[in-house]
Amino acid sequence: MASLRARLAWARPDPASRIEAPDASLGLCELATASGLGPSASTLAGRSVLVRTARQIGAAQALLELDGVARRLVLCPPDLAAAHLPYVVGAAEVEAIVTDVADPALQALGVPVLRLEAPRAPVPAAAAESEWLLFTSGTTGVPKLVAHSLAALTGATAPPAPAGERPVWATFYDIRRYGGLQILLRALTGGCALVLADPDEPLPDHLSRLARSGVTHMSGTPSHWRRLLMGGQPGAFRPGYVRLSGEIADQPVLDGLRSLFPHARIVHAYASTEAGVVFEVDDGREGFPADFLGRPGPVEMKLADGSLRVRSPRTSTRYVGPDAGPLFDAEGFVDTGDIVEVREGRCRFAGRRNGVINVGGLKVHPEEVEAVINRHPAVRLSMVRARANPITGAVVTADVALVDPAAAASAEGISDLRASILAMCRSALPPHKAPATIRFVPELRITAGGKLDRSNA
Amino acid sequence: MEQHILNGTTRVEGKEGAEPDLPDEQSEIRRRVAACFRTTAAGQDRLLQPLRDDLLLLDSGLDSLCFAIIVAELEDQLGVDPFADLDDAGFPVTFGEFVNLYEAAAGSRH
Repeated sequence: MASLRARLAWARPDPASRIEAPDASLGLCELATASGLGPSASTLAGRSVLVRTARQIGAAQALLELDGVARRLVLCPPDLAAAHLPYVVGAAEVEAIVTDVADPALQALGVPVLRLEAPRAPVPAAAAESEWLLFTSGTTGVPKLVAHSLAALTGATAPPAPAGERPVWATFYDIRRYGGLQILLRALTGGCALVLADPDEPLPDHLSRLARSGVTHMSGTPSHWRRLLMGGQPGAFRPGYVRLSGEIADQPVLDGLRSLFPHARIVHAYASTEAGVVFEVDDGREGFPADFLGRPGPVEMKLADGSLRVRSPRTSTRYVGPDAGPLFDAEGFVDTGDIVEVREGRCRFAGRRNGVINVGGLKVHPEEVEAVINRHPAVRLSMVRARANPITGAVVTADVALVDPAAAASAEGISDLRASILAMCRSALPPHKAPATIRFVPELRITAGGKLDRSNA
Repeated sequence: MEQHILNGTTRVEGKEGAEPDLPDEQSEIRRRVAACFRTTAAGQDRLLQPLRDDLLLLDSGLDSLCFAIIVAELEDQLGVDPFADLDDAGFPVTFGEFVNLYEAAAGSRH
């Protein structure tokens, strides 16, 4: 397998195509032909190298520098706490660090630290097959590392489009996470420009930057897209391709995007750091066709104990670390932990296996309740969680953010809204699944990864 | 509602002439508990029996999910969950005991 840099060169990027951040950019042609690591780059050959950058654009450059050179590259997500670095260095046998910033915490780790500069130096020889270590999303406590190959990571990536028909990519994701990395790799192997997000940039500024850069293809989580839908007006930003992944894409978000971008191809994809990119759906309906299950092909899916299992060349190869458990079952399937229900020829996600609420022995998936609440016209977004209860062990409780928060300003307004949301839940759900209590909140936190923050759930 | 201990008797601020053993607050809790029983029964399509002190909770027409909802709702309204430290008293059996449990918990909170 050719290195990432070789694949970028083969795609023959347009000299004008760049990776753009709000305050910096790098040309794809320079990235393909020059190194920003200087003469010390050769010391990284065959090493395990940690990529810890302050900025996304630095990580993009580092990955191009290291793939095919390093034995292993370990990509830190933006929110990895410095306190976890010593563990990561040990677990991944890190021998060097590449960064874009002067960081004393990195110097203290006891391995050489190399600083990225503008790409000007000759490119070192790249003959190695690098192992990529990524962090799984949604974990708390000790970070969990999984191993991938570039081939697996780019398994769902199309060959480069002819010059003149190439998309301009953008993503709400950070490219140091699996969902964003997918888009970075699509852009690089396809020779396409890429516009990076910046969490500190106000949404209207971000949208006008996307429009100015001529972005045609945009990806994000349903929560990212809901935030855009809340804003109402995308201005001149008119993507031709809208991609959702990383969370359950429910019907309201799909419908909202359809009416906001009537001419776009709207795709929701199922992917995870462990399982890789599994499938895409573009029929505008939530869930996926039941005949995907058991379908022959390189990516196989089945249900076992209610959860989706995947066997595919795009899955990661193993967990890495001192306490790493098995990734595969006896037949080579990865358990995604995502519960799937099959109804009328359609598979729908009913939540995470470990997010299940147990109400007196009856199981409730928070997502199925949220889906009902989110259909209420006054509701912007909801988060359902367990609330400890002395009678049934737990009851369902919902935090609800309203389209118009002023509607919950008076006691009468609160009581009317609560009654009407509950009536909707009771008509659509069995009694134990309807929330016992509803709390109106000004907003619901979205994690840095773009997902509903269930850390307090 | 603020309470102060004055000369060994309890007085409720802003309620001149209130009885020293706080009957107003107690009946307020009783009213809230009863209202909560009624709205929960209505929400769950349950036929609630008349709320007399000797009504057995088992015969009230409510199931355990209804009681779970009532306890959660009362915790929100009153700020107490007497079931959390239900030591020697045991689970209430009648409506009267249920009300007493909340009155005692609300009283000891002050």
